[in-house]
Amino acid sequence: MQVLTPLFHMLIFPGFLFLVAFGLFASWVDRKLIAKFQNRVGPPVMQPVADLVKLMAKEDIIPEHANRVMFAVTPLVALAGVIASIIYIPLWAPAAVNAFEGDLIVVIYLLTLPAFALFLGGWYSANPFATIGATRVLTQLFGYEVPFFLACLGPAVAAGSWSISEITHAQADGLWLVTAAPVSFIVAMIALIGKLERVPFDTPQAKTEVITGPEIEYTGRRLAVWKLTFLTETIVGSALIAALFLGGPHFWGIPFASMAPWLAGVVGMIVLGVKILLIVFFLSLAQAALARLRIEQMVQWCLLWLGIPTLINIGVIVLMMRQVGV
Amino acid sequence: MAKLSFPVGPQHPALKEPENLRFSVDGELVVDADIRIGYVHRSIERSCSERNYVQDLYLCERVCGICSNAHTQAFCQAVEKIAGVEIPERAQYIRMMMHEFERIHSHMLWLGVAGHEIGFETLFMYVWRDREVIQDILEMVSGNRGHYAMTMLGGVRYDITPEMVTKIREGIAFLRQRAEHYADIATTEATFLKRTVDVGPISGARCQTLGAVGPVLRGSGVGYDVRRAFPYLKYDEVEFEVRTSELCDVLGRTLVRVLEVIDACDIITQVLDMMPEGDITTRFPRKVPEGEATARVEAQRGELIYYVRSNGTDVPERVKIRTPTLANLPASLEMVTGGYIADIPITFASIDPCFSCTDRMVVLDDVNSGDSRTMTWPELVKLGRRS
Repeated sequence: MQVLTPLFHMLIFPGFLFLVAFGLFASWVDRKLIAKFQNRVGPPVMQPVADLVKLMAKEDIIPEHANRVMFAVTPLVALAGVIASIIYIPLWAPAAVNAFEGDLIVVIYLLTLPAFALFLGGWYSANPFATIGATRVLTQLFGYEVPFFLACLGPAVAAGSWSISEITHAQADGLWLVTAAPVSFIVAMIALIGKLERVPFDTPQAKTEVITGPEIEYTGRRLAVWKLTFLTETIVGSALIAALFLGGPHFWGIPFASMAPWLAGVVGMIVLGVKILLIVFFLSLAQAALARLRIEQMVQWCLLWLGIPTLINIGVIVLMMRQVGV
Repeated sequence: MAKLSFPVGPQHPALKEPENLRFSVDGELVVDADIRIGYVHRSIERSCSERNYVQDLYLCERVCGICSNAHTQAFCQAVEKIAGVEIPERAQYIRMMMHEFERIHSHMLWLGVAGHEIGFETLFMYVWRDREVIQDILEMVSGNRGHYAMTMLGGVRYDITPEMVTKIREGIAFLRQRAEHYADIATTEATFLKRTVDVGPISGARCQTLGAVGPVLRGSGVGYDVRRAFPYLKYDEVEFEVRTSELCDVLGRTLVRVLEVIDACDIITQVLDMMPEGDITTRFPRKVPEGEATARVEAQRGELIYYVRSNGTDVPERVKIRTPTLANLPASLEMVTGGYIADIPITFASIDPCFSCTDRMVVLDDVNSGDSRTMTWPELVKLGRRS
């Protein structure tokens, strides 16, 4: 059992299977929403699943001049990084499967893995479009990663803990931390767009410019793994933001304490699911309403309009805490 | 990062047709650009001199899928000039209307594509949805959504009925309002401006040196429009403004196109008001007398020139087509050089390229010895596949 439980957590719930299933559903919601915004009909609910199955069945090609090992390993590392990070995010109660003081740093680190893996995978694909896309991945990383980290720092400072579970717990019976760090919340959402490489920050994968960039040489199963990585990262990233700013599974008026543990878990799960879908709604809205930025515009804009305001927000939080005398 | 050779095409999502562009890039900056055309050479000019005039009309319509009416218009204009045939007034107005319908549909198509090139998919979807209105009008008038086959030697094929006039007026009013909305988006939407302002810059003087035409030229502040400069049909009788923009960038070209949609709507309204009753065709001889003529029309992409030489039979001796894209290509290379890789698609799109109209093949005889030769089919295939 001691071996089986972590395996269950990694592979079935809340790990791989759950993430993929919810990710596919969220991806359908996303596609349907964008379709509605754009006056289209949009795909049926099973479309993301069908796409995935189709990719899995397709021929797998490794370019002749690519570095075979790096090309094959990077998508798996990226996906593993995302799945590992869900273990530390509270999903059904203000306590995650696994928690320790400092797991916020670990999650942020794990969520950076896909970007690095994408860079390496693109770099070793031996394709000029992939090379340019890969350098854009890294350049963009500097744009959104610093603001994202600073934004996550806000709730951590306010809750006085580096553990995501602790931060969520601090919101369980009081106000959500979005009230203390509204700027950080908005910044985290925008940085998440960059992390997921979506419009307006989809420059590394821009299909009219670099033809999906680092992913250009990937086909079949490996491309499916990349798709899964971004699919699951959407869920994990949104869950992280929900946990840090929106109280995770908590919602006012729902008496979690008086419910049976299993029922409280299910209700908490649903509450969090709705919050995640709301964040996905925001992502879709941005995708529908905006055009793609150039890479240098992106970095400049992010550091100026995301980096500096979050720093100010953290300063305000520290001052407030002094006043309250915590 | 070392200098990298960066190919765009022959197959590339940003290009709707096969053409090869080669860029030398330094990081994200383009330091040099070159273009190789000729991937979709279809030997149209040669085919024209093997078919009679009526068959050529069919062929010319198919030079381009988007400006097909402009091609037949120019061809008919040249042939009618040789034959000395004056078409009825009503036919002239109907031709003008088709010309402007096509301009609306083409410019709206372009605006959607421009949105797609900069990752603004919603703009693409919205513009193409609204474009359906003009497509429906075209279908109602001519029976076809593309390749309308309205223009024929000596007039037009179908008449406009009063019911059609009502529907056209309704559709045009809607399109005019939408075009105003898009002009508003193009000047206010922040991310759209970020991707178009100062992108693909070229001065009006450079445009003229390089022979650019159409919205590219007008987007750089030079007010040259064949409809004004050398009026054909009844363009000297309608009121419209030659739209120019001093911005000299992609935004300038976008604005010129969107404003031309509004103008086209106004021209159509005027045409509907002015159109007299009468015949829509006049008799056209099967054999065209000996002679030659050049016709120029303002197609959506710019000035389109047809040269036709007749030898007195029912088959033209020579048909030469100069499409606007060919004239705009040198300017487009200058626009991308010095810019960012990210701006290549939108900059190229800003000339509204149409490569299969443009592709020509020229084989020069040896100048020194004066020897000429005949190329065999395998040689031609080899020429077409050169890497």
